[in-house]
Amino acid sequence: MSLIVRIKKDFGSFKLDVNFSNEGGVRSLLGASGAGKSLTLKCIAGIIKPDEGYIELNGRVLFDSENKINLSPQKRHIGYMFQNYALFPNMNVYQNIMTGLHSSKELSKEEKINRVNEIIKSFQLEGLEKHKIDEISGGQSQRVALARIMVADPEIILLDEPFSALDEHLRTKLEMDMKEFLSKFAKDVILVTHNRDEAYVLSNETSIIDKGSVVVSKPTKELFKNPEYLSAAILTGCKNNVRCEVKDSHHIYIPEWGLELKTKQEISKDISYIGIRAHNFSLTRGDFSSEVKDVEVVEQPFEYLVRFRFKNQKEDTPKVLWLVTKDTKLDESKIKSISFNEDSILLLK
Amino acid sequence: MTDFNLFPLWNSLRIALIATIIIFFTGLFLAYFVRKLPKVAKGICDVILTLPLVLPPTVCGYILILIFGPKHPLGALLLEMGIRFFMDWKGGVLAAAFVAFPLMYRTTRGAFESFDENLAYAGKTLGLSNHYVFWRIRVPNCKNGIIAGTVLAFARALGEYGATSMLIGYSPYTTATISTTVANAWNNGNETVALIWVGINIAISAVVLIAINIFEGKEKGVKL
Repeated sequence: MSLIVRIKKDFGSFKLDVNFSNEGGVRSLLGASGAGKSLTLKCIAGIIKPDEGYIELNGRVLFDSENKINLSPQKRHIGYMFQNYALFPNMNVYQNIMTGLHSSKELSKEEKINRVNEIIKSFQLEGLEKHKIDEISGGQSQRVALARIMVADPEIILLDEPFSALDEHLRTKLEMDMKEFLSKFAKDVILVTHNRDEAYVLSNETSIIDKGSVVVSKPTKELFKNPEYLSAAILTGCKNNVRCEVKDSHHIYIPEWGLELKTKQEISKDISYIGIRAHNFSLTRGDFSSEVKDVEVVEQPFEYLVRFRFKNQKEDTPKVLWLVTKDTKLDESKIKSISFNEDSILLLK
Repeated sequence: MTDFNLFPLWNSLRIALIATIIIFFTGLFLAYFVRKLPKVAKGICDVILTLPLVLPPTVCGYILILIFGPKHPLGALLLEMGIRFFMDWKGGVLAAAFVAFPLMYRTTRGAFESFDENLAYAGKTLGLSNHYVFWRIRVPNCKNGIIAGTVLAFARALGEYGATSMLIGYSPYTTATISTTVANAWNNGNETVALIWVGINIAISAVVLIAINIFEGKEKGVKL
């Protein structure tokens, strides 16, 4: 199982230049909206033709600008789940799923009916066959879309923001359902999302997409531990990111915070930002401690959000964010010093 | 009353029906293809295809005479092959189709433009042919606009006067349509005949409008 993508397309004000490959399993394309994630999926599916490049799926060339190969979407055998699920409103649930088999020449009519019924059962859609698309819930729509894709036996599944059309309270459950479904699907899956939790829960590998290009590709958990790049740190949810100057191999200066840190680990010259996740501060102990000012505590449903500035930090710079669990006793006026550990500093390019 | 016969009704209906069938398919396909053109080409095509809507019908008629008149190359060639449009009811089909085409084209294009293109993409990635995607997904999901365009075009074709009278004139039992008959009857002071045809015309138009309203009402009922 493998997918190789190497494509370029010039949209005038926006340039898509995406490079990645996948060796089975689920890969997230994590990026802000407008970063080019959906365009990448559309290129893989053959809906948009790249200016140049190469796309290969399981050894089959789908697109090769040099050899003028450009398979039609129909011939690519790709299961594409659209953001709004793109179910056909003029057909009922059963007919929608049947379209996935419509063009199959190998199956007899009876085999097609059996296969559709099987799929309907495995996606728990029994009883909904005759329902119109506007009569079913968001979660059911997602299952119909997946069933319609799976009935055609695709070689790869592309999921475009699969949960964005759903109500918040449904997401966690459907994420779990999706995780279970994906673990059974043994082929490649590309998941496009702007949600770091989805990427973390559902994918083994993640590629960060920013302004039309892949910034970094890594196993998902490693990426969250060490994002390496500023854009990756932001997309994986790091809230405190500031410019830094590397003085020498063991000293960094952070102008915005007025802090100089002496590190045990060696710092390479190409580091120009540092990030500290909002959960990684503490009141008690740490490798670095600094006096703080302008402390402000905001109570959130399950956490406190503490906003503060370091002692030498300028007034016009944004406050640092710290999320604390509610079992910690916090008194705004008594927070005088805050500390953090060296291993919680993300060194970013 | 001796002048009254039902030929104009029959002639108008066959002209309008055939014109509508022609407009239905050409409008559908041109709306589909123009939508996909690059911006500049799209603008130019759009102007050309909409022009008959804003031109005076007599100008449209004159353009048709320039093309299909017996003294002009194409018209002469067709005449030699035994196909006659000038001063013939078939020319009425041409005139009606020419003038009513933009109504179908523009309404359908509007419907196609608000169509969720992801539905077509989804169909293609599922292996459905372009043909299937067009007829079984795009057209059914744009059916309101397409039906509205077709009905409007039919109504316009049925009432066509200017281009028709230029191209096929008025002669009883051969080219007379409802609208040319009304004009002719009034010109000849035959007011009873004119009034009868006015009544018939109003009745037909009312039926068409009622049909549209019933259809729209049904659609709304489903949506709510």
